[in-house]
Amino acid sequence: MSIQKDLEKRLLVLDGAMGTMIQNHQLEEADFRAKRFESHPCSLKGNNDLLSITQPEIIKGIHRAYLEAGADLVETNTFSSTSIGMADYQMEDLAYELNYESAKIAKEVTQEYISKTPLQKRYVAGSIGPTNKTASMSPDVNDPGFRAVTFDELVHAYREQVLGLIDGGADVLLVETIFDTLNAKAALFAIDSVKTEKQVDIPIMISGTITDASGRTLSGQTVEAFRISLSHLPILSIGFNCALGADQLLPYVKRLSNQSDAYISAHPNAGLPNAFGEYDQTPEEMQELIEEYLKQNVVNIIGGCCGTTPDHIRLIAEIAKKYKPRKRKAEENAS
Amino acid sequence: MLHKKPLLLSGLEPLAITKDTNFVNIGERTNVTGSRKFLRLIENQQYDQALDIAREQVLGGAQIIDINMDEGMIDGVAAMTTFLNLIAAEPDIARVPVMIDSSKWEIIQAGLKVVQGKCVVNSISLKEGEENFIQQAQTLKKYGAAVIVMAFDEDGQADTLERRIQICERSYKVLVEKVHFPPEDIIFDPNIFPVATGMEEHRKNALDFFKATKWIRENLPHASVSGGVSNVSFSFRGNNTVREAMHASFLYHAIQHGMNMGIVNPTLLEVYDEVPKELMEYVEDVLLDRREDATERLLEYAETLVNASKGVKKVDDAWRNEDLKSRITHSLIKGIDAYIEEDTEEARLLAEKPIHVIEGPLMDGMNVVGDLFGEGKMFLPQVVKSARVMKKAVAYLQPFIEAEKTDSTQYAGKILMATVKGDVHDIGKNIVSVVLACNNYEIVDLGVMVPPEIIIQRALEEQVDVIGLSGLITPSLDEMVYLTKELDRQKIQIPVLIGGATTSKAHTAVKIAPHSKAPVIHVNDASRAVGVVSNLLQEDKKEAYTLKIREEYEVFKIKFLERTSAKSYVSLEEAQKNVFSIDWNSFDAKEPNQLGMHSIENQSLAELVPYIDWSPFFRSWDLHGKYPEILKDEVVGEQAQSLFQDAQQMLDQIVNEEWLTAKARFGIFPANAVGDDIEIYKTEARSEVSACWLTLRQQLKKRSGHPNHALADFVAPKASGKKDYVGAFCVTTGFGTDEKAKAFEAENDDYSSIMIKALADRLAEAFAEYLHERVRTHYWGYAAEEVFSKEELIGEQYKGIRPAPGYPACPDHLEKKTLWKLLDVEETIGVKLTESLAMWPASSVSGYYFAHPEAHYFGLGKIKLDQLISYSDRRGITLDEARKWLNPNLAE
Repeated sequence: MSIQKDLEKRLLVLDGAMGTMIQNHQLEEADFRAKRFESHPCSLKGNNDLLSITQPEIIKGIHRAYLEAGADLVETNTFSSTSIGMADYQMEDLAYELNYESAKIAKEVTQEYISKTPLQKRYVAGSIGPTNKTASMSPDVNDPGFRAVTFDELVHAYREQVLGLIDGGADVLLVETIFDTLNAKAALFAIDSVKTEKQVDIPIMISGTITDASGRTLSGQTVEAFRISLSHLPILSIGFNCALGADQLLPYVKRLSNQSDAYISAHPNAGLPNAFGEYDQTPEEMQELIEEYLKQNVVNIIGGCCGTTPDHIRLIAEIAKKYKPRKRKAEENAS
Repeated sequence: MLHKKPLLLSGLEPLAITKDTNFVNIGERTNVTGSRKFLRLIENQQYDQALDIAREQVLGGAQIIDINMDEGMIDGVAAMTTFLNLIAAEPDIARVPVMIDSSKWEIIQAGLKVVQGKCVVNSISLKEGEENFIQQAQTLKKYGAAVIVMAFDEDGQADTLERRIQICERSYKVLVEKVHFPPEDIIFDPNIFPVATGMEEHRKNALDFFKATKWIRENLPHASVSGGVSNVSFSFRGNNTVREAMHASFLYHAIQHGMNMGIVNPTLLEVYDEVPKELMEYVEDVLLDRREDATERLLEYAETLVNASKGVKKVDDAWRNEDLKSRITHSLIKGIDAYIEEDTEEARLLAEKPIHVIEGPLMDGMNVVGDLFGEGKMFLPQVVKSARVMKKAVAYLQPFIEAEKTDSTQYAGKILMATVKGDVHDIGKNIVSVVLACNNYEIVDLGVMVPPEIIIQRALEEQVDVIGLSGLITPSLDEMVYLTKELDRQKIQIPVLIGGATTSKAHTAVKIAPHSKAPVIHVNDASRAVGVVSNLLQEDKKEAYTLKIREEYEVFKIKFLERTSAKSYVSLEEAQKNVFSIDWNSFDAKEPNQLGMHSIENQSLAELVPYIDWSPFFRSWDLHGKYPEILKDEVVGEQAQSLFQDAQQMLDQIVNEEWLTAKARFGIFPANAVGDDIEIYKTEARSEVSACWLTLRQQLKKRSGHPNHALADFVAPKASGKKDYVGAFCVTTGFGTDEKAKAFEAENDDYSSIMIKALADRLAEAFAEYLHERVRTHYWGYAAEEVFSKEELIGEQYKGIRPAPGYPACPDHLEKKTLWKLLDVEETIGVKLTESLAMWPASSVSGYYFAHPEAHYFGLGKIKLDQLISYSDRRGITLDEARKWLNPNLAE
């Protein structure tokens, strides 16, 4: 069954945070390096995406924990796996392999679960992060015309990532945590080119980030402007993730839900970080806030971002079962 | 058409063009082919001013801005990229979608790569054949952009109705059927060509455009139609009356036929109904090709027309039909003074006594204003305008009231306002006065430089309820302390309000309030003043409020003292061992191009305008935020815009009618540092000292590696044997301000009175910025090559600094006396120093120039007794006098 068909019938649950789970393993430099990168010239501690190659069992374990909790979509461990993101670790050349391996192990684990309960399908969402550079803002306040990265450089980097994810077995591509819409336009540009070349049709999910109560992206766009700017390719879903807790994010998700013909996704943080940068919203608290999304019938895909754990996802999956998915405008008109 | 899919575009904000949307205006001035000014700015890389043009268009109502960089002498790809990148950093411009306008495909693509929103590309066509057209459309689809399609094919531009229809239809089919381009993202430009050219084949140019437009909207589903309107009147260049009429009529008919967007120059457009009937008939005869001799008749008629100036804008005056009370309230809220006398007269005739008009409808209206202000729905500049209307009404009633010889109005209280002795700054004081007056307090304004005896005497005579003291320079703080002590000594228990830029809650709590049994409250914000005063004067609240403030200040004081006593200081000797060290051996100071003294007697004000830093201007009106973002601020944006408009208007008058005189006196001298002092030499021989600047050194204990600064550190020490130089300056734009302000006050126009002062202050700062640039690049010339935008100048990106005596790096006001003597300031340009060493006129700036590339601003902080002793020795004054001047900087 295709994910499109599945979405017509039920709410799908996306998994939770990867970083938080990796931290629990308290890995050291040597763990990140493993044998293969023993003599790599710079420190690798903190390069979480690399673990898909050096500690695949840990990553698989995290995927399993989320599938066990009831997630329908697991995100590949590739948030920063572009040549741009890997430049910090002098691993630009590894971009394709990282994406390929991450997608591959996520696929293996989802297959395990599909074979256990064939009636419930699970999907691998290839995670495409924003990179650590912005195409429409200058990092130097004194030089507003400067750009640390160009559209063409982004397209090139995203192309490698998309090829790796598709070849590794991703079922959908999730362009997420979009804080600069121009970066996302470059990602879509790359995806579109790869799809044409390889003659594949892989669904695209888009998820932006509203940075604060101004209700705008970091690059200054309103919810509506963000949606319009990314409306030129057919997409499976559009939504928001990160930066805000479920309660703060809801009004913006609702606005999308009212405007868009696509499916709607949301994966908020477990509240706002406390003074130590930690998230302390409990699974129960978050479940209650997420239920509001379901009651108001504004989402099709729901999950968690920073600070969420398998316990959070378990309670979200439980509550999601009790509600019907949001109907798209097209379906509403048809019915 | 049954149902048009909306054309959706976006900048930072969305723009949806639906079938119900009114005509969409596209700004046309950021186009190098259409605007000579814009071309010049781009050629000279003056992007900041180019951005201003874009901003003006958006503020003026353009919903999309067209950007064109097609000029042989410009690198179009680079210019398009840079300009769009810069726009992205300006939220008030970037909010609207852009139209990337070029006939060169590489420029279009460069634009698409830097725009985050959904833009419009202008344009593509079948000119180079279908294959090329398809390829371009496919690329646009991948970037996500709407597109303007010109009615142009392999055989050329469509110039008949049939050709227009044929090409548009073919283009549409290719786009929708072959490229699967979203039809709602297609905008046709079916070519607007000039009429009345005298050529037979141009007779139907307008008519064919109308008909083609109609055909497109009826036959090509979801597509839009656009065009460049000013083309149509090309043959009437120089005759704006005809052009404006022609544009009005053309637009009217084009919109009727379905044109839903277009490039229109709003300054060349008349309101359709305002065009004289006769002219309109001749124009429409031409546009609609109604008569054989239409062109000849219009040409003949056009010659008889004088280029009359445009009529006044129509104003919505429906509110004039409402009842009297509503009209008065409306005038007060909107700050409209045109009808207030007539309405006041009407109210007077209805009232039993004239005084009732004030107590009734006028005060009711002002209460609404007060409430709205309290709720944050009105902003300070609006309230000041309301007060202007109120004053007019009261002034009108005054003779009638006096004729009746009744008692004066019942005020809520009487408040004395004064700027203390030695200080000349009064913008803040005037604003607080106006706000209080709006809230029915009677104001006794004693003006500026008011000696303490006078304040006390008048306070007793007038039996005021509250005394408000204001000051901007640091010596004023001591005046406030002195006055409070005096009041207490004379057992006068009147509450005192403290305000002004240099005052603070800390200073009030620690240094002023403890001297008084009556309440002393720091109020630095006009919007707080009313609340504080009303609490102080209401019998039932007074006592509890006073007690609360006293406790609050006591706690604040204790905490503050704890914090300061925790800081540790080093001895002057130790601090002098930890100077900011510059490697003088490897530095050769640039020999100034024009050593010695210079005067500028009559600086052009227009030249200063671009140097204005607007953010402090808004701050002086209690509107907080950075310019230009503040114009788009969700809360105060609208008000900031209106204030800004008024400011621009007055600024134009100041410049054009030469209201103010700008003068400067400055000099560059040989100099070397000797200890913490800087010796200024008469000549390059460096044998005769003409002045000695005393600088003060930080004494706060620093972490290792952090120096204890003094300004002397930025000048080569005498012992180094190196030649070095320093500069000093005084600029003023204040002559003329007082006269204008008084004239406005005489007309009960406080708003304009405050405005002129605020603008004069900005011009003085702009002059300082401008002169500093001239000194760097010309008179001294140590940075002859620098090229900075105005924003970069305001952001102090350049090399060198210009600290001012009385400010953090050199809080010693006495240094101004040294500068005045060195430069002969008073004799040459007439700027004087008051006894507290404030400059008069107030809109003046003075300071030093230090040129070393590592010179930077710092704050002196507190100093210890040992430095005070050293300083009094060096200055040749008693320790007590030194203490008086440096009091705010002494660590006790």
